[in-house]
Amino acid sequence: MHSPANNPVYERVRRNPKFQELVRQRSRLALILSVIVLVGYYSFMMVVAFAPDLLHKPMSDDSVLSVGFPIGAGIIILSWLLTGVYSHFANGRFQDLTDEITRETLQ
Amino acid sequence: MTARRILLTAAAATLSAVPALAAGDVGQLEKQPINLSAIGMFIAFVVMTLGITYWAASRTRSTSDFYTAGGGISGFQNGLAIAGDYMSAATLLGLSSLVFAKGYDGFVYTISFFVGWPIILFLLAERLRNLGHFTFADIASYRLDQGKIRTFAAIGSLTVVCFYLIVQMVGAGQLIKLLFGLDYNVAVIVVGVLMVVYVTFGGMIATTWVQIIKAVLLLGAGVILAFLALSRFGFSLEAIAKSAIASHKDGVKIMGPGTLLADPVSAVSLSLGLLFGTAALPHIMMRFFTVPNAREARKSVFYASGFIGFFFLIVCVLGMAAITIVGTDPQFFEGGKVGGKLIGGGNMPVMHLAKALGGDLFLGFLSAVAFATILAVVSGLALAGASAIAHDLYARVIRKGEATEREEMRVSKIASLVLGVLAVVLGIAFEKQNVAFLVGLTFGVAASVNFPVLILSMYWKGLTTRGALAGGIAGLISAVTLVILSNAVWVVVLNNPKPIFPYEQPALFSMTLAFLVTIIVSKLDSSASARAERDAFEDQFVRSQTGIGAAAAAKH
Repeated sequence: MHSPANNPVYERVRRNPKFQELVRQRSRLALILSVIVLVGYYSFMMVVAFAPDLLHKPMSDDSVLSVGFPIGAGIIILSWLLTGVYSHFANGRFQDLTDEITRETLQ
Repeated sequence: MTARRILLTAAAATLSAVPALAAGDVGQLEKQPINLSAIGMFIAFVVMTLGITYWAASRTRSTSDFYTAGGGISGFQNGLAIAGDYMSAATLLGLSSLVFAKGYDGFVYTISFFVGWPIILFLLAERLRNLGHFTFADIASYRLDQGKIRTFAAIGSLTVVCFYLIVQMVGAGQLIKLLFGLDYNVAVIVVGVLMVVYVTFGGMIATTWVQIIKAVLLLGAGVILAFLALSRFGFSLEAIAKSAIASHKDGVKIMGPGTLLADPVSAVSLSLGLLFGTAALPHIMMRFFTVPNAREARKSVFYASGFIGFFFLIVCVLGMAAITIVGTDPQFFEGGKVGGKLIGGGNMPVMHLAKALGGDLFLGFLSAVAFATILAVVSGLALAGASAIAHDLYARVIRKGEATEREEMRVSKIASLVLGVLAVVLGIAFEKQNVAFLVGLTFGVAASVNFPVLILSMYWKGLTTRGALAGGIAGLISAVTLVILSNAVWVVVLNNPKPIFPYEQPALFSMTLAFLVTIIVSKLDSSASARAERDAFEDQFVRSQTGIGAAAAAKH
């Protein structure tokens, strides 16, 4: 499984401008989505640790459910939707680009 | 239930670690009367899964079939199987009991257990699939020294597998004693024998289908139970909350964060351990090699996190409903004293809820599902251990790739048999021990030994063999030492008055140390082999991004 350094096939891929584009765009998407999830989650945890009263507030005057519940459920649902966003682009546009690169390289 | 005990339960929950339950809470339980409906339903599950194993055996011809189901599992199926690995009896029992005992704090834990999944998708899934073949050691040793790094990664995997198997076996024995009224030793032997049968004959195909069936059963049971619980309250979450506030001793405080997470260091260390520990568990990583390509690998995580998120939200509703339905009913408390000790221990609210809402028959069904869950998880562990022994140590390191397919298959089957015997023996030996520390150790070692080498080998050009070895050893020693100095060993096992290390999870410290040592030693490494390893990164990078070369690799 040890690949010899600088296999000519991989060298060809590296010189393909489409590959550079794929790497740049997909990495940017992965980075942005990770930042959204991690910043969202850790801000929530900081509120839990340092300002818990904010989450105790009832949703409305005649409600006992606190705003903490929809916010928490929102974090779970939003992170899941983001996995959908990533899969949509990675399996759609980026996969097409990958397939193109593979075809051009192995020709 | 003390906060510390809840933390352990929670840690356990993530990992399908029924055991911590057993360890922390179930403890030494009285054997219950034999529960015939539960046993009947469990036997039905076993017959069905043995049928699948028989079918799978006829399709398990090559090592690739055995380790990865020939890469023929679809994204949706694999998503269910991953969800099955993650949603365990312990998730159901542990998280619902956390909400039952602490209200909103339990919900915060549930969220912490979830957010790792999107990160696994964004940063790991496609690279794992594109670079991996059968085991995580394939990736770690891709451009590093085959003998040293593969051996080290395989030992890391086996350590995690063994700790976790003990935890599962002890948990299985205790839980089954409680729910089924079977003898502890009988339960452990039944789990061990079935596990060996599934793995040796059916390999990854059988293991995956056992996991899928179990995931569907668990989701189904959760949905039915939530439906029954909601129907008691006119399908209004507001009504559940109102009633829970009236029934809980902490009153309206359960609607927001309480004392459980007041210490951010502890919370962060636990969440890091769970997040990166989970990502580096050998039986979870193995799941990414069972799909045909990166496209299906991404889909698996999308489906898996959908199922997991949905299940977690349901579990929280169950916990809230149990506050009223179980928490005010004297039949579920020892001596009929409401507010006293729950029968069967602090992890039982959801089981009592099943009995209150669906009678003995539904309780039997849920017990059978809990048993099935343990079986599915230990099978995955045994398979991961067998592949580390047969593929990494035997075929690649000892025989240096010269072993025939037939020889490797034979070793993998012997290895799963040996692991089965070992699991039963250790399960029985640890019956009277508190094994909670093993949960901390499992995650600590996975996050501090396996994870750094995995992520750095994929993302950092500068990683060298020396750096990876030094960092891995630093991670291993610090994780083990910190767990020994923590409450779970220092106080509970060694009977000292106060822990020297005040947190449950060592990951924040041991994982950071492992990364630092790996990076520093790699930077200082100026050997010729280190230069070659750095140069090989560019090719590895192309393959990790495009999968070119991966398809070919999977064929032989």
